Amino acid sequence: MKILVVDDFSTMRRIIKNLLRDLGFTNTLEADDGKTALPKLKAGGIDFLITDWNMPGMTGIELLRAVRADPELARLPVLMVTAEAKREQIITAAQAGVNGYIIKPFTAATLKEKIEKIFERIE
Amino acid sequence: MTQNDRLALAKELVTALEAGDDQQADQILAKFTAIEETELYREVGRLTRQLHDAFAAFTRDSRLGALANQEIPDAKERLHYVISMTEQAANQTLNVVDDLVPVADQMNDQAVHLAEEWARFLERKMPFAEFQAMTHQLTGHFQVSNDSLQKIRGGLNDILMAQSFQDISSQIIRRVIGLVEELENNLVELIRVAKKVEPDDAASAVPELPGPVVPGIDDKYADVAQSQDDVDDLLSSLGF
Repeated sequence: MKILVVDDFSTMRRIIKNLLRDLGFTNTLEADDGKTALPKLKAGGIDFLITDWNMPGMTGIELLRAVRADPELARLPVLMVTAEAKREQIITAAQAGVNGYIIKPFTAATLKEKIEKIFERIE
Repeated sequence: MTQNDRLALAKELVTALEAGDDQQADQILAKFTAIEETELYREVGRLTRQLHDAFAAFTRDSRLGALANQEIPDAKERLHYVISMTEQAANQTLNVVDDLVPVADQMNDQAVHLAEEWARFLERKMPFAEFQAMTHQLTGHFQVSNDSLQKIRGGLNDILMAQSFQDISSQIIRRVIGLVEELENNLVELIRVAKKVEPDDAASAVPELPGPVVPGIDDKYADVAQSQDDVDDLLSSLGF
């Protein structure tokens, strides 16, 4: 299982990577916004995408839409981990086809629960 | 010009007009106009000086200039410093975690292995040669444990020290809050001096991506999810 973690803050990427490692996911890649993430996704081999929303360059919602619009990537599970908490935004993400939505600050237990839930649905 | 002077001038004007002396009459009328103009100018001058004094007193007392020129740019620098300091603290802590996780894993692996060996020994299922090997492994494990625990102790100390950012960043932020308050008071005063209407709440701009919900500010609005449970409820109502 190869996971791409996209966030503009390196500390947040490290926290998520550490939590993923504790959950047994050791194979992770990083990107600091949608623009750098997209080529990594298109290169193939990534099974799961965890992305922030508010990033310079290309935001998480734009990345999500780009993923859903690409026939090769359309079925990729996407978990959004963001500080954006407006109902309107959560609905926008849901409509864009997000598989899970976590608001920051979050706990290790929440991350575990949401990831498990996403994979349950896929299987 | 007194009342009597005016009266005298008016009488002269009547006399001149009755005598048919147009030239004299025009001169007297010109005098009247001159008086009026001088008084108008004097009044405009007085009002201008008043306005100037009011603004001068305001800017002198209000420190608005100093705030705008010096303290606001300063405050921006200070807030940037808070960002870099918190980032540094987070990195320092994460570095320790990265360093210590393998240390803890190694100790754990060794302990698990030795516990299995020890159980075999207690059940008398261990040949003497293996027992000898186990005693060496035990000696090694004690050494590793000792070293590892010292590393962990050191790491915990580093994590402890990294938390000092909280104190420093609070002090800086508190100072910036003070500045914002001062600026607010000055702006209110400026609006009052300029005799403008009360500031309009509706004009406050909300950014497109408002970011983290700050308790006490953002969570009073109904359109914001207060917790992960709210998010989950909303998503499940959408069929997730």
